[in-house]
Amino acid sequence: MSIEVLSPGLATLLQDGGRQGLRHLGVGGAGALDPWAFALANLVVGNPAGTAALEITLSGPTLRFHRAARIALCGAPVDAEVGGAPVPGHRPLDLPPGSTLRIGRCTEGARAYLAIAGGVRSEAILGSASTDLRGGFGGHAGRALCRGDRLALAAPSAGAATLHIAPWWIDPAFDDRPAGAEPLVRVLPGSDATAPPAALHGRAWTVRADSNRQGLRLAGPVLTAADGGERVSEPVMPGTIQLPADGQPIVLLADAQTHGGYPRIGHAIRADWPLLAQLRPGDRVRFAPCTPGEARDALCRQRQRLHRIALALDAKRALA
Amino acid sequence: MSGLTIEPLGEDALLLRLDRRIDPAVNARVHALVRRIEAAGLPWVREVVPAYASLAVCLAQDACDRLHDTGYAAEALRALLAGDDEPHASPEASLPAIEVPVCHLPAFAPDLEAVAAHAGLSAAEVVALHCAGDYRVAMTGFAPGFPYLLGLDPRLAIPRRSTPRTHVPAGSVAIGGAQTGIYPREGPGGWHLVGRTPVALFDPRRDPPCLLPAGARVRFVAIDEAAFRAACGRGAA
Repeated sequence: MSIEVLSPGLATLLQDGGRQGLRHLGVGGAGALDPWAFALANLVVGNPAGTAALEITLSGPTLRFHRAARIALCGAPVDAEVGGAPVPGHRPLDLPPGSTLRIGRCTEGARAYLAIAGGVRSEAILGSASTDLRGGFGGHAGRALCRGDRLALAAPSAGAATLHIAPWWIDPAFDDRPAGAEPLVRVLPGSDATAPPAALHGRAWTVRADSNRQGLRLAGPVLTAADGGERVSEPVMPGTIQLPADGQPIVLLADAQTHGGYPRIGHAIRADWPLLAQLRPGDRVRFAPCTPGEARDALCRQRQRLHRIALALDAKRALA
Repeated sequence: MSGLTIEPLGEDALLLRLDRRIDPAVNARVHALVRRIEAAGLPWVREVVPAYASLAVCLAQDACDRLHDTGYAAEALRALLAGDDEPHASPEASLPAIEVPVCHLPAFAPDLEAVAAHAGLSAAEVVALHCAGDYRVAMTGFAPGFPYLLGLDPRLAIPRRSTPRTHVPAGSVAIGGAQTGIYPREGPGGWHLVGRTPVALFDPRRDPPCLLPAGARVRFVAIDEAAFRAACGRGAA
């Protein structure tokens, strides 16, 4: 066995790009909550896109590497150290055999991704290595990591005789918007209107502590649906913004259930899912309306940026 | 297709709605629509997700592809579904029902007496009525493999428990409102538990993984404790 879990962290999950095409069986998508940081982590260690990585939530695990491994930490900045020496994110780290990687708290944001060159050995279940917490399958035993779990590396990793920290790093920003401000999530219209129509927009919402991978629960002024009538369950998707009877919206995330009976007052666009994934309890978030064309353009720009990073890394490796 | 509306469901799905009520005839039309869309073999359709009175068409294409956005897909589906509502008889009517064995041992059916009291019947009569039903899976949702069954005898309808249970055992057969269903896996739930099946509703390693897919016909068959234990012993649950 190659990696031993000495302590599991708050909720450390094996995730990849998620499952597709099974919502008709009640199976949600799962997969990395922040697809941008997940993709970046794999790029940095040279993995094919979509290789399963560990998703770290708020507080990370302590892992002993019994074999040499090349790793990268991307997404939320974390306090991390190897054998007591602090290690930075967004760059490759070569760990010698016997290293202990201790990942502490996310200093900002909520989710970091630990990619390991070659990937963790995992079984694709229903087409994906992702952990489906609702169904209790996929990932590592269908659950978050526990103390004592052992993960095998899928392939020998470069590693090194001593800890090596690459002297270069990748800019983690996923779009051109200024960092630090209250995140602004763009929203497509839903099936239901609020009364008044723009009530979701133009004010900040606070992330509640009972948020999880299924949904981001928000607190703020009580919203009402323009049509408050009874509804029967209809299909919902990740990104769908539901309005339960208490008037506090829920933004569905990667583990979204397949059907829901609440009014749907909007859909957070894919390009902004990384923002949603990084929100912590108590954080504030704003919403703004957008058009399908703007949503498509934003996603295209994000993918183009990822492709440019991939090309730059390829060029760097060719020169090395 | 009369009365059909099509609207975007986010960036890469469409919602096709026939109605906003739980009605077997409406749900049968939903499944007929699902069949027509699947039969068309459209390359940009990733999957079709039925619900009671609506369905989602999830698009397979990359959201960056300007040629195949939700507007294009909505027009193509409108053209596909124009014309006769149901050109062919529903094949489900002639489908054999999938038989689901259910044990009604009191330990497996903690709400059987409550359902009986609410209906003004005996527990045995509730079991008999529940097993006499000819059910149809309206949709699969809530959890992987959870079937929402239409066809419950109206006498057995009962509002959901005021306080949901935090732990409903896997295989629990339950009644919620005018519907009945089966919990595939242990978890929280607010429906009334009237029995338990030893068969696995959902097994991600089985092909197909889902025992009771949307559209399937279902019957319940009462079994005794010995048969339940024997089925469990065979590794069915």
